Amino acid sequence: MIALLLRDLKLAFRAGGGFGLGLAFFLIVTVLVPFSVGPQSSLLATIAPGVLWLGALLACLLSLDRLLALDWEDGSLDLLATAPLPLEAVVTIKALAHWITTGLPLVLAAPVLGVLLNMPVPGFFWLVASLLVGTPALSVIGTFGAALTVGLKRGGLLLSLLVLPLYVPTLIFGAEVARRGAVGMDIATPLLMLAGITAATVALLPFASAAVLRVNLR
Amino acid sequence: MTLSVTDLSIARGGVPVLQGLGFDLAPGQALVVRGPNGIGKTTLLRTIAGLQPPISGRIEGAEDCIAYAGHSDGIKPTLTVTENLTFWASVFGASGICPALDAFELNDLSDRHAGNLSAGQKRRLGLSRLLVTGRPIWVLDEPTVSLDVLAVALFADAVRAHLGRGGSALVATHIDLGLDADVLELGPYRAVPRAVDDFDGDFL
Repeated sequence: MIALLLRDLKLAFRAGGGFGLGLAFFLIVTVLVPFSVGPQSSLLATIAPGVLWLGALLACLLSLDRLLALDWEDGSLDLLATAPLPLEAVVTIKALAHWITTGLPLVLAAPVLGVLLNMPVPGFFWLVASLLVGTPALSVIGTFGAALTVGLKRGGLLLSLLVLPLYVPTLIFGAEVARRGAVGMDIATPLLMLAGITAATVALLPFASAAVLRVNLR
Repeated sequence: MTLSVTDLSIARGGVPVLQGLGFDLAPGQALVVRGPNGIGKTTLLRTIAGLQPPISGRIEGAEDCIAYAGHSDGIKPTLTVTENLTFWASVFGASGICPALDAFELNDLSDRHAGNLSAGQKRRLGLSRLLVTGRPIWVLDEPTVSLDVLAVALFADAVRAHLGRGGSALVATHIDLGLDADVLELGPYRAVPRAVDDFDGDFL
């Protein structure tokens, strides 16, 4: 399992691996927002948590179509399915590798981009905390979507359509934690809901992903 | 470990292709699967490898014993030859990759990125993966595609050595590998098209 994680990380960092793609997208979206809504710093401060969460979510979506499709194309997925590793472990590791190469950089970059949007200083901690708790769910749900669309030619758009509705609860509670944190309100309820969503998806979805992958490999 | 297949029926895309197929593959034995294009060789091998379920019939002795090599080699172009092989070796819990590199004469290429290899070299790398799986039953789908004469001989030697160690091999191929192998001709097992027996004339 460690070998698979290391291989996926190595592939992501090598040429054409797509590492940094999500991060660059996140940066561009965040930089473009002040251009489109105007330079009122109070307005930017209000919308900053929501914009940062939405940007992170879309950046996560960007790299999902490569998550399993590349392994399917070159036959690795067939070979992994016949390897001693259970397919549930394979999809879990794939989701973890996606989170390390996409989710984690977004979490680390978020406070820097928060400065660009004039985000109130007390909100920084809760923005990072909410992204740290919420982005694993985005990767796991995305892996499920990638498993559903593996084998489809140009399934990327379908993948987005399938996955975006499933991202809604994570987005609502994640952005709510960041917003409440920024204005100094109590964050316990949305943070617990967010953590609950992440825990449930991490616990359950790998089984669903492995099941649909078995069907798709036939 | 004997692989034993009894009364197997398989389908491709919902259409039955083979039915009533049965054979035994004992340790040390090689079985060459032959048949015209579209008869269901790949479907049969994928079914035995556990990648798809049969319609009916039993496959015994396949669990965790199969090393499958299909049309694609499962090679990552941005990893080197050594990295590719080491990955599969650690997935299958094998100790070293040197015997595999030696058997397919990949030592000179070991530090090259797999993306820079020729088609035949990639195939050799894909086949060398079989040696690091440590599994007794090799299920090979057209293993000699894009291999030159010398590489085919290397491959035949590798299969012979595998059989000598008590392994077995099920190979779909159109060329003569020079193996002392039995032939499984799939023609007689072609599925008869299902008669439509619940057709209601009143529908028209």
